Amino acid sequence: MARQTKPVVDRRNFLKGAAAGAAAVAAGPAAAAAQPAELKRTVPPPMSAAAEVEVPSGAEVLTADRTGSDFMVDVIKSLGFEYVCANPGSSFRGIHESIINYGGNKSPEFITCCHEESSVAMAHGYYKVEGKPLAVLAHGTVGLQHAAMGIYNAYCDRVPVYVILGNIIDVTKRVPGVEWFHSVQDAAAMVRDFTKWDDLPISLEHFAESAARAYRIAMTPPTLPVVLVADGDLQEAPIPSDLKIRPAKLTTEMPPVGDSGSVAEVARLLVAAENPVLVADRTARTPAGLACLVDLAEALQCSVVDQAGRMNFPTRHPLNQSDRARAAVGDADVILGLDVADFYGITHTYRDQIERTSRPGTKPNAKLITISSDDLYIKANYQDFQRFNEVDMALAADSEATLPSLTEAVKRLATDDRKRAFQDRGVRLKAAHLQALERSRDAAAFAWDASPISTARLSMELWGQIQNEDWSLVGATTFVSKWPQRLWNFDKHYQYIGNAGGYGIGYNAPAATGAALANRKHGRLTVNIQCDGDLMYAPGILWTAAHHKIPVLHIMHNNRAYHQEVMQVQIMADRHSRGIANCGTGTTITGPDVSYAKLAESMGMYGEGPISDPKELGPAIKRAIEVVKRGEPALVDVVTQPR
Amino acid sequence: MTIWAEHRAEASAVQQTDLNPTQAGPMKRFVVVFLLVSAALLFGFPAARARQSSDTPPNGNAQSGKKLFMSDGCYECHGRQGQGAAQTGAARIGPPQLSFEGFQNYVRKPTNQMPPYTSKALPDQDLSDIYAYLKSIPMPPKGKDIPLLNK
Repeated sequence: MARQTKPVVDRRNFLKGAAAGAAAVAAGPAAAAAQPAELKRTVPPPMSAAAEVEVPSGAEVLTADRTGSDFMVDVIKSLGFEYVCANPGSSFRGIHESIINYGGNKSPEFITCCHEESSVAMAHGYYKVEGKPLAVLAHGTVGLQHAAMGIYNAYCDRVPVYVILGNIIDVTKRVPGVEWFHSVQDAAAMVRDFTKWDDLPISLEHFAESAARAYRIAMTPPTLPVVLVADGDLQEAPIPSDLKIRPAKLTTEMPPVGDSGSVAEVARLLVAAENPVLVADRTARTPAGLACLVDLAEALQCSVVDQAGRMNFPTRHPLNQSDRARAAVGDADVILGLDVADFYGITHTYRDQIERTSRPGTKPNAKLITISSDDLYIKANYQDFQRFNEVDMALAADSEATLPSLTEAVKRLATDDRKRAFQDRGVRLKAAHLQALERSRDAAAFAWDASPISTARLSMELWGQIQNEDWSLVGATTFVSKWPQRLWNFDKHYQYIGNAGGYGIGYNAPAATGAALANRKHGRLTVNIQCDGDLMYAPGILWTAAHHKIPVLHIMHNNRAYHQEVMQVQIMADRHSRGIANCGTGTTITGPDVSYAKLAESMGMYGEGPISDPKELGPAIKRAIEVVKRGEPALVDVVTQPR
Repeated sequence: MTIWAEHRAEASAVQQTDLNPTQAGPMKRFVVVFLLVSAALLFGFPAARARQSSDTPPNGNAQSGKKLFMSDGCYECHGRQGQGAAQTGAARIGPPQLSFEGFQNYVRKPTNQMPPYTSKALPDQDLSDIYAYLKSIPMPPKGKDIPLLNK
């Protein structure tokens, strides 16, 4: 094979061609009309043989006033992103530079993350407080592979994370070596099974259109992650200042609402029922959802069981029966699931022994109804869709958007007799709610003075310090036995944001930081109960919080283990009747114990602990809150009981 | 809390009365347990002696039991003072709410989510010591008497 002697047309030489095209546009309408297509192309037109052998002259274009990445930032700004989270990467260096210089590093502001999974999780937590997505930038290969777990969590949690990937499609434009490792033929393929939509724009107009389309798709329930690939050459090719392209007009689609006939039938069943139960999970996408659920529950004076995928229902509302969920569901004659991630799970019990068995947890004739946008978009490969629900009615619709019409229908159908029955039911439920609260308080009293500190004590020491503040709890309470929901008074949507969705560890610390970023401009006190194992995945998020002065209080739930797995291995050892004392091997985080306070200090933030005496905890939290109120992050390391 | 965990919590909440041996599970496991119990009776293992007890286990040593409670993994689900945990579904057992016989029956052949601890893995004497430790844990004050729990 003859050795190529022609000069290689690399990305930099390509700029010459693009600049020549731009010059043609500047020369007048006739010249521009002759080359309209070239202006939109990712790839320059083939050079003539003469041009290819041309010796570079002093006229070589080495700078450009405006490149494609500037326009991309115009598009990003038009979508209203406040922040873009990223670990820096050369495949999106054009967008990076345009954000911080052309865009003034404002709306979006560049948030420096130390791991792409942290970038995505920050966007995940931010959305659940603010109700709109953040943009995430990542390499199309190594960055996306880091980000994939975070994207999967967001997918399972129905959160619209907006991912922009850098990539270089044209093989002739890649610098030998690293850029080949960082390039991919179909960048989004790796996450296509758990994203809602993706595209690879090949012109700036295409980018503008697909960017708006991606936003609308992501934000239409079921809200889910999307991916947009920003080709490296498209980012870096010059564009003329008078190029007639603009960001596409953005309109968000209305969420899908249950049809009027089905809604009327659901209302009829609820009004006629003796013990209807509303099960909420990811019901309240927005604060309006919480208010709507309260309206429906109060119209019916019926039980509400909140699975807490979002903050759906006030914890001290007398109709809240979450702390006696199984009893409420077991007594129900109509059960309405509202965007419940696992409706089968709430209506069945399951036993994890050698032979796994399940049985219904409902009355035989109970009517089961679901309203969920999940039914509108289900993929095959990943199994987040749970067991098939054998329900009487399944409305494929967004529950929050359907609640107002359902409540109106209930009010229309409720006769005076039924209203009296509703009131009697409400009185009974209030008594049951107060009994459940008393039981929880009694349960919390056990191990109250224990060291390591009980999760109930930890939760209540934190509550004692924040209850008079405008607070927001942004960490999952799963691993502290949901004590906050059982004992605190939650009544605002931003006071809780649910969990990871896919139970992928490494979500909590960055999601809490992203949520704190959203809370910052509202002046809220952001607190997070942070598991040690989760923080150990990517502790660099502490530096991100310190660097960007994101005020958040991390209270470490430091049980010194990946404790869920301690228990799982224990189950196996017990089942095999061997080595039951060995289950810390491979599951605990001891020897050495991690000093999370020192870790925090090393990242430039306030740290205190480890604290194992419960009497010292309240004052320590108080000191840390003073730091957070000054606009800085803080961490208190608490050595805790397992759960 | 995951729904799975909540199932465990709900199950544990009723486990005090859910000790019907007819719900013990598949036949093959019942046969294995039956053989183990038979062997214990035949060879005079402590299991046979434990059947005679009620509230007070024979020769229970609370200090030893505290160590075993940790080393054998009981604390993992039930907490270090046996306070129980909603997330794990483990009932409060410190102090125990069952007689020793009921406690022993449940540990050997749990009817809900708890994994079975056979006498091979956890000898009867160790179980007696653990029970003695749990019995030594005092009842706490009621929740209404702890000011921080009433905010």
